[in-house]
Amino acid sequence: MSNRLLVGTRKGLFRFDRDERGRWRVARTWFVGDAISIVLSEPGGLRIHAAQGLGHFGVKMQRTVDGGETWSEQAAPAYPPKPDGLEDKEPYRGTDIPWSTQLIWALAAGGPGELWCGTIPGGLFRSVDGGDSWALVSALWDDPRRQQWMGGGFDFPGVHSICVDPGDPAHVTIAVSCGGVWTTRDRGESWTLIGAGQRNDYMPPERARDPLVQDPHRVIHCPIRPERMWMQHHNGLFVSDDAGENWRELDASAFTRFGFAVAVHPTDPDTAWFVPAAKDEQRVAVDARVVVTRTRDGGESFELLTAGLPQEHAYDLVYRHALDIDDTGERLAFGSTTGSLWISEDGGDHWQTLSTHLPPVSSVGFQRD
Amino acid sequence: MTSVAFTPNLARHVDAPAARVSGVTLQAALDEYFAANPRVRSYVLDDQGAVRKHVAIFVNDELIRDRVSLSDPLGADDEVFVAQALSGG
Repeated sequence: MSNRLLVGTRKGLFRFDRDERGRWRVARTWFVGDAISIVLSEPGGLRIHAAQGLGHFGVKMQRTVDGGETWSEQAAPAYPPKPDGLEDKEPYRGTDIPWSTQLIWALAAGGPGELWCGTIPGGLFRSVDGGDSWALVSALWDDPRRQQWMGGGFDFPGVHSICVDPGDPAHVTIAVSCGGVWTTRDRGESWTLIGAGQRNDYMPPERARDPLVQDPHRVIHCPIRPERMWMQHHNGLFVSDDAGENWRELDASAFTRFGFAVAVHPTDPDTAWFVPAAKDEQRVAVDARVVVTRTRDGGESFELLTAGLPQEHAYDLVYRHALDIDDTGERLAFGSTTGSLWISEDGGDHWQTLSTHLPPVSSVGFQRD
Repeated sequence: MTSVAFTPNLARHVDAPAARVSGVTLQAALDEYFAANPRVRSYVLDDQGAVRKHVAIFVNDELIRDRVSLSDPLGADDEVFVAQALSGG
């Protein structure tokens, strides 16, 4: 059970600690003033990677190997030289794809010493030395279908979800906004576009089910049964029982349609949580109420969890990496773009407010024990 | 020799001491500077070697013309200043 919570924000990285009386307080602040786009806490809790997006000076990667006592800048994923004369445009906007990291959007641990990093404008990077250096996964970047990936909320496409199979680290599944779900079974040497069953209503009808143009906002898997995956998609909620090959769309209500974040219970694949938002141009809490939805039956039904959450004039939006669950499945936490942070210690039945004054929250994660 | 100096705003992130370098173009001058101060490079240039969008480079108080390949010529005793643009915070 984790007693430490890492909160990455537009203006710094914060650690909340739980004291013996059960109160969560800010215990450490790091990089105040700098945007933190994503944080990875490796098992053991000593090695933490924090990605910065410095407004003027580019993306940087910070790493601690002593649980945050000291940090040092490591190499950030960088794109290779763009070949002269190569045309590489974002198809929706017709603008040139910059071969330069715009945002570090996803980090995941693989096999020993192995890390994966997803970026905007769409490059996936791999490290085999714990983050000392990175190499672009060229088989994916050079796939001609990559040039059909579109930007969504950002101007350029990006890799935001990376699921490493716990039983086979050569098997990695990623999700791209907007470019669907892709999988490799050979550590990135070759890739397959998967994801049948997804559906969108933002493309012409004949492309509504084209796996290549889907916008999966977030894809995660259940650690003990990784073939069970959950997806918050731009157009609804989807679940897969075959590691992302096929997806089943769940019935949608106003509270189970649009959003970004999803969490799954670590040992119960049928239990998952989502944080809904008003679809899709508004992007505020549905009915100005902060609500977490929970299913315990594989998505057949959902309950609204509201105890302790603001139920009027709350306009909080929760980004895709800003909801996390600890290894027990009892503790969940999420943060919003209006700087609120909530935690539950009973699977979402009750919530307590940890802050309403943080900078906009980009990522929330329990520090792994 | 050309002098190279950086916005003090950079000091919070990386040590970028002022220095004197040779080189008849901005590219050559910065290459020499980054060879001695390799961490500074990614703060000033993007992955393709162009000046970052929200960084400005002046030569003798004039903005450079070529932000992509840094071909602006340099003369003896020119002064290069790398600034943080007002945008991008």
